[in-house]
Amino acid sequence: MAETSIPFTIEGFYKFIQNGQLMGAVCNKCGKLSLPPKPICTKCLSRDLKWKELPQQGKLLTYTIIHISPKQFQSMTPYVVGIVQLGDGAQLPGMIRDIDLDNVKIGMNLTMEFEKEIISKDWPQWPRYYFKPI
Amino acid sequence: MPLQFTFDHLFGGKNLSGNALVSIVSAGMSKFGRREGLYGRELFVEAASEAFERCPNLDPQKDIKAAFIGMMGESFEHQGHTGPTILDWIGLLPTQAFRTEGACGSSATAIRCGIFAVLSNLADVVLVGGVEKMTHRATADVTEYLAMACDFPFEQWNGLTFPGLFAMVATAHMHKYGTTEEQLASVAVKNHHHGCMNPKAHMQKEITLEKALSSRVVAWPLKLYDCSLITDGASCLILTKPELARKFTDTPVHIIGSGQASDTIGLYERRELTSLKVGKLAAKEAYRMAGLDSLDIDVAEVHDCFTIAEIVAYEDLGFCKQGEGGRFVEEGQSQIGGKVAVCTSGGLKSKGHPVGATGAAQAYEIFLQLTEQAGKRQVKGAEVGLTHNVGGLGATGVVNVYSRG
Ligand SMILES: CC(C)(COP(=O)(O)OP(=O)(O)OC[C@H]1O[C@@H](n2cnc3c(N)ncnc32)[C@H](O)[C@@H]1OP(=O)(O)O)[C@@H](O)C(=O)NCCC(=O)NCCS
Ligand SMILES: [Zn+2]
Repeated sequence: MAETSIPFTIEGFYKFIQNGQLMGAVCNKCGKLSLPPKPICTKCLSRDLKWKELPQQGKLLTYTIIHISPKQFQSMTPYVVGIVQLGDGAQLPGMIRDIDLDNVKIGMNLTMEFEKEIISKDWPQWPRYYFKPI
Repeated sequence: MPLQFTFDHLFGGKNLSGNALVSIVSAGMSKFGRREGLYGRELFVEAASEAFERCPNLDPQKDIKAAFIGMMGESFEHQGHTGPTILDWIGLLPTQAFRTEGACGSSATAIRCGIFAVLSNLADVVLVGGVEKMTHRATADVTEYLAMACDFPFEQWNGLTFPGLFAMVATAHMHKYGTTEEQLASVAVKNHHHGCMNPKAHMQKEITLEKALSSRVVAWPLKLYDCSLITDGASCLILTKPELARKFTDTPVHIIGSGQASDTIGLYERRELTSLKVGKLAAKEAYRMAGLDSLDIDVAEVHDCFTIAEIVAYEDLGFCKQGEGGRFVEEGQSQIGGKVAVCTSGGLKSKGHPVGATGAAQAYEIFLQLTEQAGKRQVKGAEVGLTHNVGGLGATGVVNVYSRG
């Protein structure tokens, strides 16, 4: 993908996800990595940023198993959601699928996957990523 | 007071060492619970009329110069534009009205705005409070509306809920410090016990550790009794300048320290998952202004939206060391008669958590405690109180310190 044409926005982040890429924004001035990307560096306030591709493997920092959910997710309960630490210290929340509930452990290695389903016609048209054990 | 002088205190300039920022001269709170057939604005009438009746020297229509009302969500009642609506229903039109929103911390931010207003000299007497009407909605819908206080594109989008977010804090705390599910449940047992002594509490029912531990899972490791209640309610306070307080009452309560801070909307952007930075920063500022520290606090209302949140609050407020919050509650140090009486009202757990009303309801409890009006749950001789109100997963945090007037 032509990285230069994509703005440092949430929509921009999800355009890359649609393409199977995990991208963060790096400040050219102070080097701070932002995930999700923000249009300004929140450390030094520079708007001179570049995209950086991040590894899709990481470690589980913490998690929960959700039994009571909004209607939209009720067919999936109980489901696991966690916070995953990826390369360069970036962190993202996501569902952890393809795993026995008893086998979820802090520190376990996970990899990112991307849903193939057709994206909704209504807002928001974001593709979904999730994590599974390696 | 010259403007420069007062603003210095709010923005961290000088040490007030116990001087009052503002005084609370009256307070009111509706009965908390499942209040069928009442709208939020009607619940607010219960809170406001109690505050008016407590303070016969106050002429609300003449004296109150501004109002700040906290409310979290329009979705519950399909109603926005809360400020003027509430003021109309309590007979205070055409007084200027502001709505403040900071999720579950909405009415603590209303109190902060009231402090700014009084100290700016633009309004001598203000009404601050909050309201939320929640129980008429299905639990799945309430869960969705509450989740709006966390990040949509990454957290809500991936199925996170508020119990789920605090559950992730609990999992991390258990992993890092060895905190146990029994210790979490001890918070619920204590707060239900306190709530039994509060006739305005939503749930006035004792529970046992066994009952809490065997209750159904909401978001592991949090179970039913680890969660605050979905509640309807309203609360308010009347604030004024300390030098005017005695005009309205012989027993004012002073706010002698106050702090507020913000953090990332998403928990996932933080390095520290077992404490809330906003709680620590707000407490530091409030203690500094008051010239006091955690050892001086006799009675505290902390944000126990989930049992883990109360344990984290002990640590963030300095009641115990980092990682020792579980033991602190297990040893009974936070019950009435312990080192510091925490959530004497029953807390969000048992008094209930009508999100927008919670911050001012915490201050209402401290007002009762410091004026010896807390009935069976009175902490004998309480001189100094504290409130700790958190919005979302700690994206907003407000801490106030109070003393007898
Ligand atoms: C935990 C929760 C999901 C339970 O809701 P629910 O499954 O719909 O429960 P119901 O309303 O059907 O109540 C079933 C029973 O449990 C009781 N109950 C409900 N919530 C309870 C709670 N949090 N603690 C203790 N008992 C509770 C009810 O009183 C009822 O008892 P009864 O059968 O004797 O009348 C709900 O209370 C909740 O979402 N709480 C958290 C709210 C929140 O996130 N607030 C914001 C925090 S930041
Ligand atoms: Zn920078």
